[in-house]
Amino acid sequence: MKSMSPIAWWRFELLFSDWRLFGKAFLVTLAVSGLSLALALILGMIFGLLSRSKYRVFRIIARVYVELFQNIPLVIIAFFMFNALPYANIMLSTMTIGALGIGLYHGAYISEVVRAGIESIPQGQFEAANSQGFSYFSTMIHIILPQTITIILPPLTNQAVNLIKNTSVLAMISGGDLMYRANSWAASGSSSYAPALIVTGALYFIVCYPLATAARAYEKHIINAGLVTAATEDAIVAVTDSE
Amino acid sequence: MIKLEHVTKKFGKLTALSDVSLHVGEGEKVVIIGPSGSGKSTLIRCINRIEEPTEGEVFIGGELVTKKNALNIVRRNCAMVFQSFNLYPHMSVLQNITLAPMKLQHKTKREAEEIAYKYLDRVGLRDKASARPSQLSGGQQQRIAIARALATQQKIILFDEPTSALDPEMVQEVLDVMVSLSQESITMIVVTHEMGFARQVADRVIFMDDGAIVEEGEPDAFFENPKNERARLFLSKIIR
Repeated sequence: MKSMSPIAWWRFELLFSDWRLFGKAFLVTLAVSGLSLALALILGMIFGLLSRSKYRVFRIIARVYVELFQNIPLVIIAFFMFNALPYANIMLSTMTIGALGIGLYHGAYISEVVRAGIESIPQGQFEAANSQGFSYFSTMIHIILPQTITIILPPLTNQAVNLIKNTSVLAMISGGDLMYRANSWAASGSSSYAPALIVTGALYFIVCYPLATAARAYEKHIINAGLVTAATEDAIVAVTDSE
Repeated sequence: MIKLEHVTKKFGKLTALSDVSLHVGEGEKVVIIGPSGSGKSTLIRCINRIEEPTEGEVFIGGELVTKKNALNIVRRNCAMVFQSFNLYPHMSVLQNITLAPMKLQHKTKREAEEIAYKYLDRVGLRDKASARPSQLSGGQQQRIAIARALATQQKIILFDEPTSALDPEMVQEVLDVMVSLSQESITMIVVTHEMGFARQVADRVIFMDDGAIVEEGEPDAFFENPKNERARLFLSKIIR
């Protein structure tokens, strides 16, 4: 007779025999992560720059975007696109909802990282560029942003890790991602929830852990190289700690 | 070359400059001294529009500097050396010097590097071309900053307390470069506390206090026998 233990070996065997399902779901998770991260980076860069604009109206637009998406749950964005938009005849695939919703949500956090990064660049850098006759735009491109990117790479990587984990919101709208697959596979068959969750958890982990570790190592490297102080780096990371 | 007419600069309630007028001729070497908070730095920062004057007008080379044309006029006329060097830390020394000539004056990389090496020789740091600013001493960084300013080959160079942030033993190497520079036809305005330097190179010394020019004159006359009471007090404090 089969053991009924939640982590009985036969449950794992059953799961591995269905590995193609999980492989496909893993690819969905990776694809949604990649697409939404790209969108979040673009939005974060745009709104981060707008929040430092000399024009008040741009700063307000950036503020509204950031506050809106930082202060509502990601699930609401996903449900809104999945359940509400169809009544306006806007039907989006779950993949699109993932890319758009998670991109918008994390774009707000990345915008704050970009803003804090730009603000951490000493005023003297702007003045030196100004004194040489660089326009605002060239100052950003040649002098400020290259320095900003070095500084914000560790917190950006942390954002990428959060974003990858947050793609699991797709499970709630039957998104075909890793989290959804784990749950539906177990629910529709042998109730082998434990193996399904352990294995998918491991899959998230093997993507996220190296990223988080690399971010920490790079942060240590730039602090040691004198490119940024530990205090500045902490301050920028703190901007997104509210999540 | 440079003309300030009734320039006033306020930061909120604080008046940093009040109704300052100044005329600096082509090739003239002007040294500005005065207690901290007297408006010296604000004055030269108003010349190249790092600060926007609250009132008054600034002319460079006969052209009225406005908010719109400021970048353009500065780009064609002025270079600046800062107290805290403000080198670009993410670039090599050579890139620091060639950036503006390449991006703003549209020189080729080769032309820009040729000019850069010429001025690196001038400040005695050719061998540091590939170093990062963070690998250099303060004195070396400031000499690079001077080379960067010279490389745009402007007629005017503004120095904002160039030796104030340096360790004492590094002051002289920077002053030496500035003294050798003063042999040329370039127009120099220098905010500094280095009285020896002022005596050596200045055509005119300007003493500022409380946002106004209270005395100006030839260095010998000024240092030997300042007419203004506050100037006399200031000199007695810094010259022993």
